[in-house]
Amino acid sequence: MEFLGPDAWQAVALSLKVAFWATLAALPFGLGTAYLLARGRFPGRSLLNGLVHLPLILPPVVTGYLLLLTFGRRGPVGQLLEEWFGIVLAFRWTGAALAAAIMAFPLMVRAMRLAIEAVDPKLEAAAATLGASKLRVFATVTLPLIAPGVIAGAVLAFAKAMGEFGATITFVSNIPGETQTVPSAIYAFLQVPGGEDTALRLVLVSVAVAMLALALSEWLARRVARRIAGR
Amino acid sequence: MSLSVSLRHRLGDFALDLAFEAPDGVTVLFGRSGSGKTSVINAVAGLMQPDAGRIAVAGRVLFDSAAGVSVPVHRRRLGYVFQEGRLFPHLTVRQNLIYARRVQGLGPDNAALDRVVALLGLESLLDRQPAALSGGEAQRVAIGRALLSDPVMLLMDEPLAALDGARKAEILPYLERLRREAGVPILYVSHNMAEVARLATHVVAMEGGRVTQAGPAEAMLADPGLVRVMGLRDAGAVLQARVLRHAEDGVSDLQVSGGVLCLPLVDAPVGTDLRVRILAQDVMLATERPRNISALNILPVTVLALRRGDGPGVIVQVQAGDDLLLARITRRSADALGLRPGGTCFAVLKSVAVAPTDIGLGLQS
Repeated sequence: MEFLGPDAWQAVALSLKVAFWATLAALPFGLGTAYLLARGRFPGRSLLNGLVHLPLILPPVVTGYLLLLTFGRRGPVGQLLEEWFGIVLAFRWTGAALAAAIMAFPLMVRAMRLAIEAVDPKLEAAAATLGASKLRVFATVTLPLIAPGVIAGAVLAFAKAMGEFGATITFVSNIPGETQTVPSAIYAFLQVPGGEDTALRLVLVSVAVAMLALALSEWLARRVARRIAGR
Repeated sequence: MSLSVSLRHRLGDFALDLAFEAPDGVTVLFGRSGSGKTSVINAVAGLMQPDAGRIAVAGRVLFDSAAGVSVPVHRRRLGYVFQEGRLFPHLTVRQNLIYARRVQGLGPDNAALDRVVALLGLESLLDRQPAALSGGEAQRVAIGRALLSDPVMLLMDEPLAALDGARKAEILPYLERLRREAGVPILYVSHNMAEVARLATHVVAMEGGRVTQAGPAEAMLADPGLVRVMGLRDAGAVLQARVLRHAEDGVSDLQVSGGVLCLPLVDAPVGTDLRVRILAQDVMLATERPRNISALNILPVTVLALRRGDGPGVIVQVQAGDDLLLARITRRSADALGLRPGGTCFAVLKSVAVAPTDIGLGLQS
């Protein structure tokens, strides 16, 4: 007997795909938001902070339902996306990626924000006196120094995206091959008689993936930190 | 003028309201901590936006509140050396040095790099990371990094303040070479009299956010009116001197305009132009040439001014040849000797009173 059947493997592959794209797509927005929250002084900063953290506090079902209302085919944003770009998110794997990205966003922003706050603005001022524009200061000083935090944030987000269940199943349902990620598949297998075995094997796979991701990020972050500290 | 500054700025209770000009050479902004020196240098660099004023460097207006001009920091072309070095920790020394050219999109200039590396003695440090440098080494790299941004002026905010005495003494000669060879005017913030005496060609004295007095270093350092700002124990004038000979008994003879100065062996070849700081409290005055005295230096001088303070002391400004000297004596002595402006007397100085760190390279050598 094989370790996992084709359905289960499909769920693993889909989860990896969803988590990968969710993390990648959230990365620039996460970095921008973290920078704004760490350095920005503007009205509405606390509001933005609250908004970013909302998915962490709300029940995932609520977040999923709000996504459905907004990005569903009848939702205001969903309609526009379909009319203008022909993009449909509801009940598609892209929708699962959106749900995962939204749910992972606060964790990502938190890690990156802490890293940005740890960078001494005096170093950035020194770079400016040497002729570096704001963008170049960010690319040549800030970004290399916060790299460990960015990696940590991305890995946290990836892990969270791999495990996202509530918002995903509410927004895009549980369609094998399209939106059935590992957590959804575990849930589905637990609903049918004799499915516990497969469910348990999927649990083992998700534990292994999470551990691998964590180890990889630790290794990357240590490498970057060593380079920065110059040892 | 390489730099002309006038600005007004309010920071809570503290108000900055001043104007000064700086010629070529090393202009030292001098004053106690909290007098506003760093705010001024930050305004010149563009790191602080004054409420009002005008700042121009080498004829180029960098800030003018009336005309609504404020050149962004990265376009000002001023090399800034900070008190704490601020080297980029993720880059090697070499990468730190070439950072300015890199971010400005210029190709490498190996000739300039070699020149600065040689000037500051950085050869053995190039491949190290900043974390592996001593404080003095890091500060030399920071100076090199600023120089290699090809600045029209160097700004230095107490670059030696974070270093101990030995490290300071190690860097001062490099700064003297910089003054002579780099050809870049320097605005230097300091509250350390020994540094001012070694480096300054021009001094701007600040107190409570205002400029109290400004002028050439020799005149400023010998001004009895500034003794209060310089500190009684740190006040002292500088003499221009040239090494005449090194005697076998370990004493060096230096030609000064008012005679010959004998100092413990000076580490400089015969013919070198030097600048020697003589502390006011080390100078004795006598109305007759003393005999049978251990002090080797007895210079005939003319009394120019006496300034009585609130305490028991008097600061006497005397002229020795073309140079000015300060002597700090008690009021009792001044009265007993009958010192008055225009009178002549003798300045007596122990050779060993002059510390090696008070002897620096002259402006010409």
